[in-house]
Amino acid sequence: MSAVEIRNLGKIFNAGSSNQVDALVDIDLSIASGEFVSLIGPSGCGKSTLLRLVANLLEPTSGDIAVNGKSAKQARLDQDYGMAFQQSGLFDWRTVVKNIELPLELKGWDKAKRRERALEMLELVKLADFAEHFPWQLSGGMQQRVAIARALAVHPQLLLMDEPFGALDEMTREHMQGELLSICRRTGSTVIFVTHSIPEAVYLSNRVVVMSPRPGRITKIVDVTIEGERTDATRDNAAFFAGITAVREALRGVEMSAHVRGIEDR
Amino acid sequence: MSSRTASIARSALPPAVFGVGFLALWELVVKGFDLKPYFLAPPSKIWQKFTENFDLVWGATKVSGTNALVGLLVGTAFGIVMSLVLSRYRVLSDLVTPLAIALNAIPIFVLVAVLNNMFAITSEVPRRIMVTLVVYFIVLVNVARGLTQVSATHVELMRSYAASEVAILRKVRVPNAVPYLFTSLKIAAPASVITAFVSEYFGGSQNGLGSRIASNIANSKNAVAWAYVLGACLLGLTFYVISSLLEGAATPGGGSKRAKKSR
Ligand SMILES: Nc1ncnc2c1ncn2[C@@H]1O[C@H](COP(=O)(O)OP(=O)(O)OP(=O)(O)O)[C@@H](O)[C@H]1O
Ligand SMILES: [Mg+2]
Repeated sequence: MSAVEIRNLGKIFNAGSSNQVDALVDIDLSIASGEFVSLIGPSGCGKSTLLRLVANLLEPTSGDIAVNGKSAKQARLDQDYGMAFQQSGLFDWRTVVKNIELPLELKGWDKAKRRERALEMLELVKLADFAEHFPWQLSGGMQQRVAIARALAVHPQLLLMDEPFGALDEMTREHMQGELLSICRRTGSTVIFVTHSIPEAVYLSNRVVVMSPRPGRITKIVDVTIEGERTDATRDNAAFFAGITAVREALRGVEMSAHVRGIEDR
Repeated sequence: MSSRTASIARSALPPAVFGVGFLALWELVVKGFDLKPYFLAPPSKIWQKFTENFDLVWGATKVSGTNALVGLLVGTAFGIVMSLVLSRYRVLSDLVTPLAIALNAIPIFVLVAVLNNMFAITSEVPRRIMVTLVVYFIVLVNVARGLTQVSATHVELMRSYAASEVAILRKVRVPNAVPYLFTSLKIAAPASVITAFVSEYFGGSQNGLGSRIASNIANSKNAVAWAYVLGACLLGLTFYVISSLLEGAATPGGGSKRAKKSR
């Protein structure tokens, strides 16, 4: 069974008015269980919108989405996924550890179990010493790591991540990439991952979905064929560079046709 | 001396020096130009009258202070309840909020003249109703704002957790509104004292600070009137300081240090 099945999906904002936006047209995408898929494309091409549609935070204008064989709405109600937003979205009035506990609280976990899992997650994102701090006492990158820990806390089968590593420095970023992959290996999670970084997309993914704007659609899907487990050595692998080249080519086509920027080449 | 007390001393010193200097100048001007007591009394004379008449001033302060406090508490309670109702029903909020904002801008305490007609002449109820009304609108407008102006990401996040409206209210809207409540109290507390004084000018018992100031001025007892003014200042200050301390105590991680920045 595929984890996410998207058929003929379209999303139009403000339909009929003068500021109508065709955010997405004709999106077809099938994501297998346990697969890691990245979305890449210029700013405004509808990556966040696509993620929100899968999360059932938006209703599609046309087409349909199935998550774990259910409707997107049912999957949301069953909390089949965890989501990390482009903005960290931490609660100022909760300590770091309490922020991570929130989804568990809503699931009705008892206090001790909640705390244990939250601290475990903080350990993972290397912020164990900051459990009792408030989010506004943390740097932007640290806040983003707390948000990731919160999304992972319920050990979701499906992870939706919107540029989660955008605010991190290069070292932390590579560390987090490795951690994310090892978590996915352990839990068998499926991931949809939005990024602006080509190497990041290639390093993490089984497939990289390249999108173009106005109207937002999928222009190419690049298969990444790197043998074996991905480690730091992978970054020197020929297959890794081949993947980067393929994605870059696909994006160049997008750039040429749409005259838009917004892709980092690092 | 710890750095904390040092920083408090540093920030308290300039206003204290200014205050003492101002009083000294006042005293000098009155003495130097030999101003008549019915024109302006010197601070030393006011302080003397204040201590002489302390029991009277204290009695009047209790009357006005009780009116202000009762109105403040009742108005805050009504304001909180109504803002919760408004945040639940969008239509109602669109109707009431502009009205409440408009009412905040006009001196509605003149309504006390009308209220006085409805109750016994010695009743304190009209004054308390007046304070309640003034406080109610201040609290309503601010708390309603806190309940509705929540971050869009927070609401999306809660929806992704399949949280109910009640859970969103409890975990997002109410905590978001708490700082707004304390801000509104910091505005409403002094306003309640002012309203309590001013509403005494529209008839009723001559027992509060406002009416005592008026009657002493009418009797040319200028220094005594100033002694009551001093009582009024201290009352207003007390209300303000208490509401500020409450704000500090209720904010996680300490009051105004909390940055209103990124989310
Ligand atoms: N709620 C909304 N109402 C109207 N238009 C919207 C809304 N959300 C997104 N859009 C529009 O849809 C388009 C796609 O937006 P989206 O946020 O999905 O882009 P993105 O690919 O995530 O961009 P970025 O890389 O900058 O985050 C944009 O043109 C945007 O203006
Ligand atoms: Mg986006």
